[in-house]
Amino acid sequence: MDDPVIFIANWLKNLLIGWGLSQGLVTLILTVIGVVVLASVLLLLDVFLVWVERKVVARFQDRFGPNRLGPFGLIQPFADIIKLLIKEDITPIGADKIVYNIAPIIALATVVALWGVLPISATIYGTNLNVGVLYIVAIGAISTLGIIMAGWASNNKYALIGAFRTVAQMVSYEVPMVISLMVPVILARSMGLKDIVDNQIFWYILAAPVAALIFLISNIAELGRAPFDLTEAESEIVAGFHIEYTGMKFGLFYAGELLHALTIGAIFSSLFLGGWRGPGAEAFPIIGIFWFFLKAFFMYWVIMWIKYTFPRIRIDQMLNFNWKFLTPLALVTLMVTAILDKLLPHQNLPIYTLGMLLANLVIVWVTLQILRSGARSERMRVGEPKPVATPPQPAPVTSQSTPGATQ
Amino acid sequence: MSALQVIFILIAATTLGAAIMVVTARNLVHAALWLVVSLFGVAVVFALLNASFLAVAQVVIYIGAIAILMIFAIMLTRRVASEAGSQVNPNWMWAVIVAGALFAGLVWTLAGWPGFATPLSEMSSRADPLRDLGMALVSPNAYVLPFEVASVLLLAAMIGAIMVAWERK
Repeated sequence: MDDPVIFIANWLKNLLIGWGLSQGLVTLILTVIGVVVLASVLLLLDVFLVWVERKVVARFQDRFGPNRLGPFGLIQPFADIIKLLIKEDITPIGADKIVYNIAPIIALATVVALWGVLPISATIYGTNLNVGVLYIVAIGAISTLGIIMAGWASNNKYALIGAFRTVAQMVSYEVPMVISLMVPVILARSMGLKDIVDNQIFWYILAAPVAALIFLISNIAELGRAPFDLTEAESEIVAGFHIEYTGMKFGLFYAGELLHALTIGAIFSSLFLGGWRGPGAEAFPIIGIFWFFLKAFFMYWVIMWIKYTFPRIRIDQMLNFNWKFLTPLALVTLMVTAILDKLLPHQNLPIYTLGMLLANLVIVWVTLQILRSGARSERMRVGEPKPVATPPQPAPVTSQSTPGATQ
Repeated sequence: MSALQVIFILIAATTLGAAIMVVTARNLVHAALWLVVSLFGVAVVFALLNASFLAVAQVVIYIGAIAILMIFAIMLTRRVASEAGSQVNPNWMWAVIVAGALFAGLVWTLAGWPGFATPLSEMSSRADPLRDLGMALVSPNAYVLPFEVASVLLLAAMIGAIMVAWERK
């Protein structure tokens, strides 16, 4: 009885086989039940994420947040959902109806699809795909498509500009994200997320802090949250790609974004924070679920902390930061990790982790030195005296031109 | 007919149907979106063959990069997104003949291939096709030369792109 989920699954399996169903059909039924249960739990969780997000932002902004409906405002999300459902569903004139309606579904479905490879506890995981890490990247590519479809089908210039910005941002930040994803793959010698978690005796954030930071930053950009929310900058393009969506279609985008933030927290904790690992998680896999969600929510909180603290960056800063800073840094980290992996003893994990950590600290120090000298030369350039613009001298006033003024 | 065959036929029909829609759709963006469906169908076929790496690479490269770039380019030229003119040019008859001959030739060549008749051997559960693929790409008696040539080509293309975009002062 130390693992109730597997116990229930086995009981169901024996029950169905006892009814005389074939082995293949039973596996299919159990898989479908598993998918439906996981997706339903996630979408129910999503309802409460609205409340969590509003409460946390309220704390950051020194106010109470929702506190009227139910204890601590817990019924507020249901009121919001009823409001979204009974709102008028408007489709703009000239919109491409089919594409317009598919886009929000893709936006939410891709996020739920990411959970298919995440190991929630030692025994509960969708599938240990041997290319799990690349699967995450592939699903991210499809979610970009959903946003482009929304922006184009809305027949709105702001929506189109928002979609353009999204493509520029998502396609560029995918590069450092994929490179930094390769670092835990090298450490674990596997691309399957379950294998990566199983191999983390020491959390990989100790062996690869730089890669973890790059992964977090590029994922926030992929998510399109502040400080990377130029895709929906209110002051410039109103709301970006979802400007024309009303009611529950907008709700799907919103729910997708919130669930995506939590999912990124979950992926980050699986890759760098040991996933379900924690005291008692191996003996009792059900405790692993608690540790998994604790870490995922902690990272979700970090993402919110960043969102409500930093101002939005400009589009040129966004591209420069990616191509001139994150990508080279990620490449250097990947090369250093790969070389050290060959040099350090892989059997002796403490030494191995310590060596990786020291190498990462050296990378950070060198990066800071380069940034400092770059900032100094930039200050010199800005501080140089510039030629002062002088207004053109007005033509000398002749006495004939103003005869009337003298009188 | 096994369940796998039914799934394969459904996926193949979807892929081909989407491919036909790509060339017949009036709206360019719709054509590009049908292309995405078609490419995704190919990825599913790879997944059915247990080639998980190829399936994921298909989605990342063809949908994530190429299709999105095409849609991006089409959206920048919105005015010609839906062309009302004829969808075929005067040489369509020749194209049909050439394509038909090519297809017949392929069928004729492959008809004698013994691979269709031999049943698939079960992959052992210990085998990791991904690891084998990785080893083959860097092993000197496999594909290291084509792999390196492709890398050099891509590097040259990247440097060329930077040189074209370089702002000369």
